[in-house]
Amino acid sequence: MSRVKEFFASRTGIISVGLFIGVLAALLQKWGNPGNMGICVACFERDITGALGMHRAAVVQYLRPEILGFVLGALISAYVFKEFRPRAGSAPIVRFILGMIAMIGALVFLGCPWRALLRLGGGDGNAIFGLLGLAAGIGVGALFFKAGYNLGRTQKAYPSVGWLFPLVILGLLALRLLYPQIPDQDKSGILFYSLKGPGAMHAPLAVSLIAGLAIGMAAQRSRFCTMGAFRDLFLFRQTHLLSGLIALLVAAFVANLALGQFKPGFAGQPVAHTMQLWNFLGMAVAGLAFALAGGCPGRQLFMAGEGDGDAAVFALGMIIGAAVSHNFGLASSPQGIGPHGVAAVLISLIVLVFIGLTMRQKA
Amino acid sequence: MSEQIDARGLSCPQPVLLTMEKLKTLNQEELVVLVDTDTSRENVSRAAASLGWQVKEVQSEGEEYRITLQKS
Repeated sequence: MSRVKEFFASRTGIISVGLFIGVLAALLQKWGNPGNMGICVACFERDITGALGMHRAAVVQYLRPEILGFVLGALISAYVFKEFRPRAGSAPIVRFILGMIAMIGALVFLGCPWRALLRLGGGDGNAIFGLLGLAAGIGVGALFFKAGYNLGRTQKAYPSVGWLFPLVILGLLALRLLYPQIPDQDKSGILFYSLKGPGAMHAPLAVSLIAGLAIGMAAQRSRFCTMGAFRDLFLFRQTHLLSGLIALLVAAFVANLALGQFKPGFAGQPVAHTMQLWNFLGMAVAGLAFALAGGCPGRQLFMAGEGDGDAAVFALGMIIGAAVSHNFGLASSPQGIGPHGVAAVLISLIVLVFIGLTMRQKA
Repeated sequence: MSEQIDARGLSCPQPVLLTMEKLKTLNQEELVVLVDTDTSRENVSRAAASLGWQVKEVQSEGEEYRITLQKS
């Protein structure tokens, strides 16, 4: 057991996990997930929001089993390795707002950091601007940290506090099993299912769920985090997490080449737009929000599986952020940014700077 | 009595930030860091190693860890 722990904490461990996620993501696309979206935490949470009818964008409604697998896989791994630590109470309302803003920014770019890497690994040049924005946003976050930004201590909590979010996830899984997709129907029981668009593209339920569980376990062990990759580089000159991120990118690129999914270019890329300023700024907003909240969307799900109630609040914030994004025209589409995307980015930036500047310990 | 940092309840990157700041200005040969997650334990150990310190001892106290760092 301790040797497994050591392996995942090592550089070889984090690189292996990056390679694993990169290859699996390319395969999930092969098995049915949308283009350059084998995995996307933001997009998939948005699809879940749609499946529950909390937004009615008909092309992005599907209860993605991968997300459920992430949380449950991390939960299983945390129990197996005795790392389940129920905790909560570090500025939950701030984390909720940060989750909302993270989702709003990610949906202006059209993807979370994982998908930004997968997009680049699939040949989508627009992702370069998103990744630059992500790095810029996290860089600003690092400056806030240097200036004393801190959300405060979390508190130990009852086990049930740590269990509530995984229980919600189990409830969603029950809904997915109870109301499976009916061919050519956009609704099954209370769940919405897309008939066209990215929401209609998905790998089989069992495949998605098992892949999600496997990634959840591996990522819980290795602490894989795309935000941490840049943050640790900027703050500490450490490249541990960054090596995992690069491994994911390289693996996705090679796997896409092998599977015939690599299509270099800027125009006409799947679920992407070419408004580069907004690709950059959308991801800068998301990156800063991730940095201030202490984890990328994937990492927040894994921490929620470990019993972190604050990470769970962030994830719920992302769900509401997705609803807001699609109900109020903030989210982009392949045609470009939404009617209120510009306002959303600017207001988000102001809120983030407010949080970054005001939540700090005086030395 | 070696100096001590209490990073319990703090999330990434605070434990590492506190440890590194302290290590850079510390005049002693030893520093004790208290953390309460395995992630923080790994991160603090890794950060100390990058500054030329080594982990002398990790004591497990319930769900907490008491990490003793030593100048190598």
